[in-house]
Amino acid sequence: MVEATTLQRTLPLEGRVSSGPRVTIRPAPTAQRVSLRASADAVSAVSKGLGVDLPITPKQSARAGARAVLWLGPDEWLVIEEGERDLLADLGRAKALYSAVDVSHRNTAIVVSGPAAADTLNAGCPQDLSLEAFPVGACSRTVLGKIEIVLYRTAEDVFRVECWRSFSQYAFAFLAEAARAR
Amino acid sequence: MSSAGEHRIAGVGRLTPANPVRFTFDGKAYSGLQGDTIASALIASGVHLVGRSFKYHRPRGILSDGPEEPNALVGVRRDAARATPNVRATVQEIYDGLNAVSQNRWPSLSFDVGAVNDIASPLFSAGFYYKTFMWPKVAWEHVYEPFIRNAAGLGQAPTEPDPDHYAAQYAHCDVLVIGGGVAGLSAALAAAESGARVILCDERAAFGGALRFEAEARLDGKPGYDWAQDAAATLAAMDNVRILSRTTAFGYYAQNFVGLAERVTEHLAAPAADAPRERLWQVRAGRVIIAAGAIERHMVFANNDRPGIMLASAARTFLNHHGVAVGRKVGVYTANDSAYAAAIDLKKAGIDIPAIVDVRDNPQGSAIDEARAFGIRVLTGHAVTGTGGKLRVASMIVEPNKGGAAEIIPVDALIMSAGWTPSVHMFSQSRGKVAWDAATERFLPGTYAQDCVSIGACNGTDRLEESVSEAIAAGESAAKATRKRAKKSKVKIAVEGGGDWTGSMLGAGPNGANGKVIKAFVDFQNDVTAKDIRLAVQEGMHSIEHVKRFTTNGMATDQGKLSNLHGLAIAAEALGREIPKVGLTTFRAPYTPTTFGAIVGHARGELFDPARHTPMHESEVAAGAVFEDVGPWKRAWYYPRAGEDMHAAVNRECRTVREVAGMFDATTLGKIEVVGPDAAEFLNLIYTNPFLKLGVGRLRYGIMCREDGFIYDDGVVGRMAEDRFHVTTTTGGAPRVLQHMEDYLQTEFPHMKVWLTSTTEQWAVIAVQGPKAREIIEPFVEGIDLSNEAFPHMSVREGTFCGVPTRLFRMSFTGETGFEINVPADYGRQVWEKVYERGKSMGMCLYGTETMHVLRAEKGYIIVGQDTDGTVTPYDAGLGWAVGKNKTDFVGIRGLKRPDLVADGRRQLVGLKVKDGKTVLEEGAQIVADPNQPVPMKMIGWVSSSYWSENCGRPIALALVEGGFERMGRTLYVPMPDRAIEVEVTGTVFFDEEGGRING
Repeated sequence: MVEATTLQRTLPLEGRVSSGPRVTIRPAPTAQRVSLRASADAVSAVSKGLGVDLPITPKQSARAGARAVLWLGPDEWLVIEEGERDLLADLGRAKALYSAVDVSHRNTAIVVSGPAAADTLNAGCPQDLSLEAFPVGACSRTVLGKIEIVLYRTAEDVFRVECWRSFSQYAFAFLAEAARAR
Repeated sequence: MSSAGEHRIAGVGRLTPANPVRFTFDGKAYSGLQGDTIASALIASGVHLVGRSFKYHRPRGILSDGPEEPNALVGVRRDAARATPNVRATVQEIYDGLNAVSQNRWPSLSFDVGAVNDIASPLFSAGFYYKTFMWPKVAWEHVYEPFIRNAAGLGQAPTEPDPDHYAAQYAHCDVLVIGGGVAGLSAALAAAESGARVILCDERAAFGGALRFEAEARLDGKPGYDWAQDAAATLAAMDNVRILSRTTAFGYYAQNFVGLAERVTEHLAAPAADAPRERLWQVRAGRVIIAAGAIERHMVFANNDRPGIMLASAARTFLNHHGVAVGRKVGVYTANDSAYAAAIDLKKAGIDIPAIVDVRDNPQGSAIDEARAFGIRVLTGHAVTGTGGKLRVASMIVEPNKGGAAEIIPVDALIMSAGWTPSVHMFSQSRGKVAWDAATERFLPGTYAQDCVSIGACNGTDRLEESVSEAIAAGESAAKATRKRAKKSKVKIAVEGGGDWTGSMLGAGPNGANGKVIKAFVDFQNDVTAKDIRLAVQEGMHSIEHVKRFTTNGMATDQGKLSNLHGLAIAAEALGREIPKVGLTTFRAPYTPTTFGAIVGHARGELFDPARHTPMHESEVAAGAVFEDVGPWKRAWYYPRAGEDMHAAVNRECRTVREVAGMFDATTLGKIEVVGPDAAEFLNLIYTNPFLKLGVGRLRYGIMCREDGFIYDDGVVGRMAEDRFHVTTTTGGAPRVLQHMEDYLQTEFPHMKVWLTSTTEQWAVIAVQGPKAREIIEPFVEGIDLSNEAFPHMSVREGTFCGVPTRLFRMSFTGETGFEINVPADYGRQVWEKVYERGKSMGMCLYGTETMHVLRAEKGYIIVGQDTDGTVTPYDAGLGWAVGKNKTDFVGIRGLKRPDLVADGRRQLVGLKVKDGKTVLEEGAQIVADPNQPVPMKMIGWVSSSYWSENCGRPIALALVEGGFERMGRTLYVPMPDRAIEVEVTGTVFFDEEGGRING
């Protein structure tokens, strides 16, 4: 006997939103995510499988449609698929040696947007977030207050903050507090 | 007479009479103008007495007009939770309703009982603390310490928690300019117009620095102060500039990292609810331009601390900026020309200047000529050797330096200048070395240690015109150095006027240090006199660092901004050595007092530290769980039902798991996905156990050692595919195990094709344990044959659970038939609810970490970090079976062969049976062989785990005991304060010794 159920996901930041005149903070929709590890000789085959050229320069990302690949280290990328295409299946087509681990539920994301987005993040992130040093498309594994995040700039005044699920309450509360009086 | 004070002069100053502000000081109502500080507004009302000194409780007034103020410290109180002590009255702007109180006086400011210290002052000389509080020892507790605590510090801290919030901000720039006077503004303009990203900060409410008092200077044809406001507005409008007023650069750290404290709402009558009280800026700058200016010094002479005696530049600021005359009959005592400019400005405003007393024999310069032309009596080669008055200066005693009759001149204020000290604090904090300039008697920036440059008065550049050109050059070159395509700025600033002052005096003036009870103050805040410093030298302090600590000169919250050089000069004279040979004490952060609030910033309340919740947390809360902290995780500890205490709840949970089943949240266990063709080989090296032959779908309990052979962590490892393992770690060990593995992979085994990914939070883990576990989960599982034959203990399968993908583990940390259901984290809560709903109807309970601990102890399963302490090998723990006998290498293999680790008598993990059958031993209790031996007894081990076991009907314990395996069946003792508890050494398995239940 198998119970035919369709379970709902319980999202860690369900319903939370913080919005002010100059910055809005809200959880991002769910997405597929893969922590991808591969050595240099596998990059082109994996790129072909993914349909996105893996960036090989620090702090850079690449994007094709709803799929973004973020450089995190010399052999490490975070792949985010916000659409319906099956990420692991696409990767499975790559004829190369690599490691793909599903982290769709490990990470959750917060979108920080508005003219004061960079200043809000800079309350806890020590990186230079000027457009010059951190242009649209830039990404980095960095810190926010006392936690680790992956920061990804998707537009001039829009940032995606990826963090582990259990740190998301802290991340959201920190950003909401930092957004006060901006 | 103006309503904003009878000493306000109509038509003078820059404040607007139409903007009155009402405030109180010691309960009395006063009125000032928008733009006033507490100091300027009080002086406008003729109030000079604002506090009592720290040690002698002498009446004290307002000495300066800025952050260097040592005297005029007041409490500012908005409400019980917002009461700030030691606020400098010369910095705090007034707002409607501001409530300020004086400090260090009782019962009132004008009559203070503590002033008896002044009369008794011979008892309180330098080094008083060291000499007095020596003996007898008992007096420390009852007399000395209460006395010191009572006397230590000024002001009253608030009694309630701070309700305000404080913000933090990291910022980067090409050029940080510290100080917004004429030099800083000029440099910022030049750097910004060259294209650099600039941050300019100034500690005052408005930019302009010395232009606040320097009325003669004109820049670009405008009055200097107006030019400064225009320059600030120009900068504020530029996209590449961030301009911060009321912002103190308080600390200069490595690699041009500078801390700034911005006071956001301290000057507002009704701050917006969301506005932070302060904001801490942590700035990383390509180059720092220090334009910190110079600080005027006071003259050191007898009774130079009476209210009404102040720095000449302060009097000039009060007049030219605030429109306030500091007195009606103002005496002047100086060694520097700048006091003449102040005297002339006061004279022009109609104030009587009875005399300028100049300690120099023959000062020359336009300022002196001009003063004479105004008909002011100038006494050169004279000194002020004392003052009269009590709560306010009433007269000055003037004597010729060469000897002769003293003259007493009535005054109601006395302004003074001993010259200007370049503010090298920030430069010195950057680890730059100062150099002594003998000609001008001052320390100037010498050798630089970081990419910074000093300009203007803090660099010893005196003339306005030179300051401006130096600043423009510094701004342009900073832009060029930090930015690839810097433009050439077109900044040109026409300069007219500005003081050209010479003259300096360091140390005490004539007669200032003579006589036994003469108080010629060097350090006002710590009540250090010239005599104290001479005494310190006499008593053998030859280093300025010792003199400083013995006298406390320069150790107050003003960091000796006025006193350091005077103290140094007096010490040098007493020692008969040159000033640079005696040395300068080190400047340390913070430049001015910085609040804890600013430094703590956002890190309070829920943001003090992240609290990690599992996906099932809310369900556990709803089920009435009591939580415990395990690192940052909140874990369900036990689930009490109505009327149950912890003991009863844990007993029930323990029983239910063994009789029916229990469900436990195991999400916090660390998980690492180990992937790659060499994954098995890698794990074979990391763990003591063999891993090469572990089949796909099988689990193995693994022990991980450090290189030294001691247990580092343990956990269950599952092989998901030939090249993919699912590794679990202890909850607390998750980050360090990943780091340990990554470290070996990168340094010892870099040839291996293996990648590690933390998946701790990818999976929610629900353990269902007990005889009915299989029956409970069965209806939810699809794609996995749950039969004992197809899915035996220590195996793993993939399938679906409630329709979502699962990695289902058949394993047990209880000794019962058990499953650990791994599902993607966002499904955890719903799966938990489904399983609980069904399990509950079958008699299953929820259990927490306490029950988990008891159940595993009943089976003798260790907890790394509780039953091991970093000196326990797998063999010591009785886990020798987990060390691969045929393995030629693994981390720790050589350590395990060290003589000490194979010697007899090592502490080994054993069970303890308490002979009385009811006493639960204390964890951590020591164990002895003979309870009757004399104290100190020989300890042979300690209790590592101890619980009441409801399932065994008796207490159980694990212990590490020397030669424990050899002592089976022997009686040992656990000495307690009242008795020694008799215990028998046993094996570590207390329940189901045959172990059949696990395979049920």
